[in-house]
Formats: sequence, C-alpha cells, structure tokens
Amino acid sequence: MIHREADGTKLISRRALLLGGGQALLLATLVGRMYYLQVMEASKYAVLADQNRINLRLLPPPRGRILDRNGIPMAVNQQNYRVLVVAEQTDDIGDTLDALSGIVPIADHDRARIIREAERRPSFASVLVHENLTWEEMSRVEINTPDLPGVMIDVGQTRNYPLNDLGAHILGYVSAVSESDLQGQGSNTDPLLELPGFRIGKAGVEKVYDMALRGKGGTSQVEVNAVGRVIRELSRDEGQPGADLKLAIDLDLQRYAMQRLGDNSAGLAMMDVHTGEVLVLAATPSYDPNAFNRGLTTEEWKDLTTNPRQPLIDKVIAGQYAPGSTFKTMTALAALESGVTPDTKVFCPGHYNLGNNTWMCWKHTGHGAIDMPNAIKMSCDVYFYEMSHRIGFERIAEVAKRFGLGTATGLDLPGERPGIIPNKAWKRASLGQPWFPGDNLNNAIGQGFVLATPLQLTLMAARIANGGYAVLPHLAQQRIDGNKLTPRKATDWPDIGISPQSLAVIHRGMEMVANEPHGTAYEARIKDPAMAMAAKTGSAQVRHVSQREHEMKIKEDQIPWKERDNALFIAYAPISAPRFAIGICVEHGMHGGSAAGPVGRDLLIAAQMRAVDPKAPIPGLAPMQPVDGVAPPPQPNNDSDPDLIPEGGA
Amino acid sequence: MAGSIRSRFGSGEMRLGEKFWHVSWSFVLLIALVCGIGFLTLYSAANGSIEPWAIRQMFRFAVGVAVMLGVAMVDIRAWMRWSYVLYGVALVLLVGVQLHGSSSLGAQRWIDLGFIQLQPSEIMKITMVLALARYFHGSTPQDTGRPLFLIIPLLLVLLPAGLVLKQPDMGTAMMLVLAGGALFFLAGVRTWMFAVVIALGGAAVPVVWKFMRDYQKQRILTFLDPESDPLGSGYHIMQSKIALGSGGLFGKGFMLGTQSHLNFLPEKQTDFIFTQMAEEWGMVGGVALLSLYTLIIIWGYALSLRCRTQFGRLMGLGLTTTFFLYVFINIAMVMGLVPVVGVPLPLISYGGTAMLTLLFGFGLILSAYIHRDVPIGRHGPEIG
Repeated sequence: MIHREADGTKLISRRALLLGGGQALLLATLVGRMYYLQVMEASKYAVLADQNRINLRLLPPPRGRILDRNGIPMAVNQQNYRVLVVAEQTDDIGDTLDALSGIVPIADHDRARIIREAERRPSFASVLVHENLTWEEMSRVEINTPDLPGVMIDVGQTRNYPLNDLGAHILGYVSAVSESDLQGQGSNTDPLLELPGFRIGKAGVEKVYDMALRGKGGTSQVEVNAVGRVIRELSRDEGQPGADLKLAIDLDLQRYAMQRLGDNSAGLAMMDVHTGEVLVLAATPSYDPNAFNRGLTTEEWKDLTTNPRQPLIDKVIAGQYAPGSTFKTMTALAALESGVTPDTKVFCPGHYNLGNNTWMCWKHTGHGAIDMPNAIKMSCDVYFYEMSHRIGFERIAEVAKRFGLGTATGLDLPGERPGIIPNKAWKRASLGQPWFPGDNLNNAIGQGFVLATPLQLTLMAARIANGGYAVLPHLAQQRIDGNKLTPRKATDWPDIGISPQSLAVIHRGMEMVANEPHGTAYEARIKDPAMAMAAKTGSAQVRHVSQREHEMKIKEDQIPWKERDNALFIAYAPISAPRFAIGICVEHGMHGGSAAGPVGRDLLIAAQMRAVDPKAPIPGLAPMQPVDGVAPPPQPNNDSDPDLIPEGGA
Repeated sequence: MAGSIRSRFGSGEMRLGEKFWHVSWSFVLLIALVCGIGFLTLYSAANGSIEPWAIRQMFRFAVGVAVMLGVAMVDIRAWMRWSYVLYGVALVLLVGVQLHGSSSLGAQRWIDLGFIQLQPSEIMKITMVLALARYFHGSTPQDTGRPLFLIIPLLLVLLPAGLVLKQPDMGTAMMLVLAGGALFFLAGVRTWMFAVVIALGGAAVPVVWKFMRDYQKQRILTFLDPESDPLGSGYHIMQSKIALGSGGLFGKGFMLGTQSHLNFLPEKQTDFIFTQMAEEWGMVGGVALLSLYTLIIIWGYALSLRCRTQFGRLMGLGLTTTFFLYVFINIAMVMGLVPVVGVPLPLISYGGTAMLTLLFGFGLILSAYIHRDVPIGRHGPEIG
C-alpha cells in the first residue's frame, strides 16, 4: 500500500516535472516573442505608433494677391463666413437646423445632406451648412448663438475680384481642382491639390502664375485618437503665403477701356512701345470670374456659352480678325524695303484690273494720282494693290512677320492664337491651292487670308512706333521661376532690320491719318500737339460683298449686325517721342475711324497724362462698382461692438 | 513523536489559528503583488483615475482574498467530498446559460442570479479540476492504462468543453481541454495514448476541412491569421503589436502609452491589458510581470507537491496549470502568437468572475497545502 502510494507520488512528481518543464519552455517563448517585438522590431512599431497618432494636416496658404501697376488690388482673398454644425453639441440636429433656417436659407436637399453627413461622420466632426454668408447673416447667427446649440461659424478664405467682369480676361479665375489637373503630375503632385475645397488658377494670369500665387502649404501635426478626434497640436509650420503678383495693367485705364467699349464685341490692347508692358487688355463682353469661384449654375454656364458675342473668349489674344487697312503699313514698308520710293505715284481710278477681274477701291470715285504717305492717309486700296503686284506678297509676309504678325506674341496669358500671314507654301499646305496673282491684291490690304489678333496689331503698331525694335508684350512685372517671382529686368530688344528711312515714311503717313483733314482718323485726332497721335484705321469685310451689292449702295445700318464690317484701329502717341501703342478691333463696328478711333484717342490721352501723374483722374470714368453680394466690413472687431463688451469691461 | 504531530494533522483537528499559521504567506504576497500591478495598470487605463476600474477591482480583490482564505481553511476532505456535486452544479449552470443566458459581446456567457452575474464557464475551470482530481484519486497505473477507465473522465472534460464551445467561447473550451489533458498526464495516462489522440486529431483535420463550406474555411483562416484581415479582426492584433513594439525595452512611461490612451488599443482594461502594461513599462516591465507569474506557478507546483494525497496533488497541479494557461494564452494572444480567443490576463484584467475564480482556486491550493498530511484512503474521504 505504502509502496504503491510512493510509486504514485513518484509518478506524479515525475510527470509534474515534465509538465512544469513544458510550461517553462512556453513561458520562455513569450519572453522571446517580447524580445522580438519590443527590441528587434521596436523601431518599426514606434514608427507605426506615430503614424497612428500623428495626423499631418495641411494648412492652405493664403493665395497671393494680384495688383495693378499702382499697387491697387485686382484679385484679393476675402473672408468666407461659413456656418457649421457639430452633431455632438446639440441634442437634436433637426431642431438646430429648424432654428437656423430662420436666419439662413436651408434648402430641403441641403437639410437632408447635412443630417446624412452628421450621421455618417464622427459626432465631433463639423458639417457645412452654408457658406459665403453675408455680413448681416453672419451677425444674426452670432447673436443667436445661445439658441443654436451645435452651430459654429468658421472663417475661410475665398478669392474675390473687385473688378468683377472688368478684368476677367486678364485675371482669369480660380476653381476647384479637377481630375485633369492632377493627371501627369505623378508623385510630384503638390499635396495642396488634394485638399478639399482648394482652388487653383484655371485661366488668365491666375493660371500662368499659379505656382507662385499658390504659395507653399503649411502643416500642422496633431495628435488624434483612434476615432480621429484631435487631442492636441504637436507642431505647426505655417508654410509660405503666395506671392503678390504685380501687373503692368493700369486699373483705371482698364476700367475706362471696358467702359468705353461697352456692349460692343471688341478687343483692345495698349502697351508701352519700349518696355512691352501691357497697360490695358480689354475684351468685351466679359464675365464675372467671381461666379466661377463660387460655382456657376447650369443656366449661367449656358448663357455664357451660347451668347453670340462670346464673353468667354479673350478677343484680344484669341480673336483673329482680318486686319484690313491697318495692314497697309506692312505693305508700304515692304515696298519701301524693296526699293519703291515714297514719292512713287499710282493713279487710282477707283478700281484695279488684273486679268479678267476687277478689284474695287473703297472710294469708288478714285483717289487720282497718289503717293505713298497720302495713300496711307486716305487708305487708298489701289495704291497697295499695285505695290503688292509689283513686289509680290512673299516680301510683304516676310516684313509682317518681323512686326510680330503670324506668330503668337508670347504674352503671359494662356490661349493666345497666332493669326495667319499667308504665303505660297502656306496656301499650298493648308488649302492645297497655288498662289493666284489676285491673292497678292486681297492680302495686301489686310483681307483675304491675313488674320491677326488685336494684340498682334498693337504689337505691330508698337514696333513701328519704337523704330523697329522687337519689343514683346507682357502683363506681369515679375517673371515666374519655379514657384517664385523675380522682378522682370529691362530688356534690350533686337533690331528687326527695317531701315529708319522706311519707318519714317510710315510714321509720316500715320501722322497724316490722324492729323490732316481727309485723314481717315482726322475726326478722332488729339488736338494737343504735345500728345498728338499717329494712327491707321481699317474696316474689314467679314463676308464677300458682291459687285451688285456695291452698286446697290445698301445703307450701312440696314445690314444685319453679324454681316457688318469689323472696325479696326491702331495708333501710337505721342508722335514726338512714341511711348504708347494701341490696337483695337470692334466686331462689326463698320469703320475704324469712327467706331474705334475715339476710344483709342481717349485712352492714349489718359495714358499720357497718367505717365506723368499715375493718379491723374480720367474724365468720364465711372466710379468702381461695389462688389455685389458679399459686403464684408473691414475686420470684425469685438471691442468696437458695444454689445459684445464683456461685463465689467471698459 | 513524529506520530503525534502527524496524528494532529492527520486527524485534521487543527485549530483555525494553526491553519492560518500554515497558510503560505509568501504565495499570498506574490498574488497580491500581481494584483497591485493590475490596479496600477487599470488606474492608467482610466487616464489616471481609480474610477471606474481600479477601485472596483480593489474591492473584488478584497472580497476575493477573504474567499481564498476561507476556502483554504476548509478541510480538503470536504472539498473532495463535494467535488462531484460542485461539478454537477457548474454543469447545470452551463446548460442554464445555454437556455437563458444573456448575450454579451455576441457570446452567451453570463447567467444572472439576481444579485450577481455569473460566468459558469469560469466556475467550470475549477470544478472540472476538482472532479478529475477526485476521479483519479487512488487510481493505479493499471487503472489509467485501461481505456475504459478513461471514458468517464473524458466525458467530464468534453461535456463542459462542448457546451462552452457552443456559446461560442473558444478560449475557455481550449483551456478546459488543455487543463483536462494535463490532469490525464499527471494521473499517469500513458504517453502513447496522447500520441494516438493527437495523431487522430491531426488526421481528421484535412477530412473535416474537405467537408467545410468556403465561408467556413474563410472564417477559420481569418481566425488563425487575423492579419490577413487588417480592417476587421486583424485590426486589434495589429494595434496590439504596435503598442507592444513601440513600447520598446523600457516603455513609454507610466500613463504615457499613446496606443492605449488614444484608444487605438481595443479592450485595454480587459483582455489586452498586458499590451498596455508592456507599452508603458516596456519589455522590462513585461518580463518582470512574467517572472512574478512564473514564481506563482513554481509556488503552486511546490505547494501542491508537498501534499501527500493524490487528490490534493492533482487538484493543486491542475489548478496551477489552469493558471498557467490563463497567463500563456492571454499573453501569446496579445502578442499575435495564438488567435484572439478571449482569455483574460489572470489577476490583472478587469473583471469580477475571473478574479474570484482564480482566488478561489488559489484557496484550494492553499487548502491542499495546509491539509497536506491529512490522509485520504484510496476510495475517498468517507472510507479513509
């Protein structure tokens, strides 16, 4: 009995030893596992733990402003007051929204969205109820805060263009980032683009200088818990605000040009003939870029795209027009450079015969025997038919290209078009036809195939005015270099290789146009000799006018608007020391001298006055329109509001 | 003269004071130390507050220690006498849970007796050991060599294990089977029998697998490898490993665990409390705690083996093994070594039933130690 019990004791003890040994081994594996996790892999898990708890939040930098040449803002950031609701701070989000709807309108579908979002997202997350509150709405929400549990007001930034539609084609607009903006950027994508609600430049200088205006995003490192609630901020990097962009545009001149062009469908540019600074770039009709930032309604978008006067198109750089008689300056220069002397006379009987065809002069009774300056002054078609017939259009095309026609000028705006300066090779390539002798005639007076943008005509006038230097236009006074702006340095423009004698003849002709009786722009002349301008008018047919119609002499105002001639005008001033050049095209405006001349004259006067005193008032300039809709006061300052002074305060 | 002392003990006629004198106070101290670590960890889990966990856990500990000492005072023969009855009551309660239990966390585990919520599966962990120890008491190697002799103890294990598995509570079922197996082993069941059972089980796996549906297979695969489902069940274990790993050698400091305090760590006051402890105290803290546990286990073995009766030894070793299983499964689970099965960290995890069960079990070990020389006959206390 005792023996057996001892056996049993021995057995249990032996087995207990084995069992204990097994358990010790297993406990040892736990220590091994601890060593693996907490020593060998510690750094990996430390990183993962930080990734868990540290959330990097991007802080959008304030976008750089866009200023005119005198520092007056053309694009600014405005405070965007938004109402948000936080579900966990209210007992019933429906009740809160009911109370709030008495102050700001909440549409039914918005209400449904807010409640849906509030349910889906964590209870501490805020849901947007309404943005772009007016100052009045904002104040009413603030005052009623005690009755609006869970409601809070948040100030964001939104882009605002105080000029409304008066600078849209220069400035462009900003809008939400689209898929295509992100494409092709690969891993270099600016993280800011991923920020919900972030806006980037989509047109105009907003687009061209976007990288500099955008700035560099700051970051805020916050500690979050497992459900994403922010516990505290660990560190903060404010980033770099966007740089202010200074344009060469003179805001008042720009507004004046827009005002004068009014309802016309027109494009106008004015530039400094030496520096290339573009002071005015006006295209009408225009659109309000604020609407793009806000988000267009379908209706607004339809209106913009179906309007026959095409407000979305910047006609200054993307409108291509037959330059008409303004192109005669090129024909005359080519003739002079080919050895024709300015006193060479041509007899104009009112028409010109070539082969079996007859080309009309605009003055059917003819100019009689006429020399070059007078042919420019009175814009005799026959004279230039003859010149082109003599030298061939190839030479004219070659000269025209030196004045900047036929290629995009490289202005710092997107969407510029190159126009057309035709020659034999071009015609064969694009139309598959040989060059006919008649082509020499049509194109010599800026009809036929020749097309140019108002900006190109301005540039042409500028290069004539500055004595034949290859000036190039620019809007911004800074250059963009990566995401920085550097001041633009003065450039020594290359000589385009036209003899001063030839240019002097053109100068003389253009001076006569706007200063001698019977000159086509005599009526629009500048009477002060110190400011006097030289000009060339043009009117270009937009459709073929038959011989019969010529004979019927239909009254101009009986022709439908769409079929009327385009009115063109180029000028520079002052004659003594040219400084400003201007180019205008008024679609279907009939006559350059009358439709565009007075606008050009007044702008040139104003520009010359303001060159002396940048603050010189422009007679007849309408005051700035107040920005509609949002009318924020300067800064909400609690101290100045008697209702908000805390008790016991001063 | 040795006989006189022996007879005093042998008769079981010790006075209460004497029994108290014989309590292994070093064992109690080790237990209290581990519980103390538990209070600190719960205090940290509540972001530096004794509410709501630490204070209640302390209260339960106080009650539990009283229960433990009370259990230790009771004569081991009484425990032996009542072992089958206690087992029966636990089994009835388990069935009761199956019928009326309220669902908590998707598993039927609790039974509400009106004044206390009971987890019968926890009670079963003790009573099954009692019943098996009772059954194997007095068995000879010849007995344990007969397969027929093993049918009843097999049922004693498989019945409650099956019920618990149905709840479903994988962790407890696993613990019951492993503790039962340990008792079989200690009782002297031949090793080849274990080999046969394990081999048969292994052979059955591919057959069963073949008959399972795809979604069932998927469920088992996810259970075995939670990291294949990082957004679902894998999330917890991943976060737990991150917490442990980022704790490093020396930890992030008391109350400074980011994973636990920012709520990335799930169930930080219950099943994953070891993770929080080791995140804040590092591997040093983890190994220290593990060492205390190891000491308790060694003490458990030593105290049990001092007992002269087979019943006492088997019960003590069985309960110590149960305690070991708690420790091992929980820590292995939070470190991603075994699937997450819902076993608390003994004496530390917040929870009343486990604390009481464990201290009750320690009380039994102490009882076996105090009454180590009480002789019990081969056929049970009545005859002895």
